[in-house]
Amino acid sequence: MKVVIMGCGRVGGRLAGLLAIEEHDVTILDLNDYSFRRLPPKFGGTALVGNGTDEDALIKAGIEKADAFIALTQGDNRNIMACQIAKHIFNVPRVLCRTYDPLRRELFGSLGIESFSPTTIFAQMVKEQLLEEKPEGEKKAN
Amino acid sequence: MYIIIIGGGQVGYYLAKALLDEGHELLVLEKDAARTAFICNDLGSVCVRGDGCEMATLEEAGAGRADMFVAVTGDDEDNLVSCQAAKHKFNVPRTVARINNPKNETIFKKMGIDVTISSTKIILESIEEEVPTHPITHLLDIQEQGLEIVEIKIPPHATTIGKTVKELPLPAGNTLSLVIRGQQKPFVPDEDTVLEAEDQIIAITTPETEEALGTALRGS
Repeated sequence: MKVVIMGCGRVGGRLAGLLAIEEHDVTILDLNDYSFRRLPPKFGGTALVGNGTDEDALIKAGIEKADAFIALTQGDNRNIMACQIAKHIFNVPRVLCRTYDPLRRELFGSLGIESFSPTTIFAQMVKEQLLEEKPEGEKKAN
Repeated sequence: MYIIIIGGGQVGYYLAKALLDEGHELLVLEKDAARTAFICNDLGSVCVRGDGCEMATLEEAGAGRADMFVAVTGDDEDNLVSCQAAKHKFNVPRTVARINNPKNETIFKKMGIDVTISSTKIILESIEEEVPTHPITHLLDIQEQGLEIVEIKIPPHATTIGKTVKELPLPAGNTLSLVIRGQQKPFVPDEDTVLEAEDQIIAITTPETEEALGTALRGS
């Protein structure tokens, strides 16, 4: 699968590494080449300096032949804009968008963009962890 | 009319001022506290601090009853998202977005933003048209029909001087609407009108055929 990732933060860099290990064709975009330090040392994909909301940069990253596009920058609006470009201009079959703001996520969902909110997911996870009865690990530790 | 403006920068501020003078009811949403205070001091309490992309803020701002929504921040993505929220969540009938990167015009149109204004493009065109050899001046875009009204000046040594309009290879769908010649009263050309040097011709064309129109009128 050919995947274009926008934003080489901790999540972007890690995801790119994971996909590359499984032999997917990965291109990762970031505005700043210093961000590429987060890629694993033997990263087998392509790292490109460029703006993921810019059509030319996306073309350079091979968006026209991409099977998937994932937006993982810090900016919700930037992510959604890039995803809409990928989906509606370049007809990328699978487009995923990270949206911190849960309310905005709802809107983007209604616009037909597959998006998920780490805020909601993480808050839920922490809550469950905290309130869970068991801790099996704890029992084992005893 | 109730108008919401997103972004209280130079554009937002002067726009608010002009619309208030015209007697409209309006609200500016601005992220920066100091800027918000400045606008409120200057124009009265028409500015609220808030993010124009947040549903809760838009709800509070009364987006549901807004007649028009104008996003003029310096960031294209913010303008796009707030206009989309206005359009799809609050059904605002008319959304206008400022675009800084001219390449974004297509995506904005595709996403249903009613009017896009590309500040970079406007500045570029205005400067280009000041270059004396520039063949075509854009006067007006009629976006709905994909037409534009342009002005073309016939240079002193054009190969088309002395020819009649019917002899010119005008592209299909183009219309010559007016000829301005020296101090004469402007007139509507017909097919027997003979071109003269320094004629200014106002024509209706399309973005695709404007170049061919220029060549037809000025020769190559």
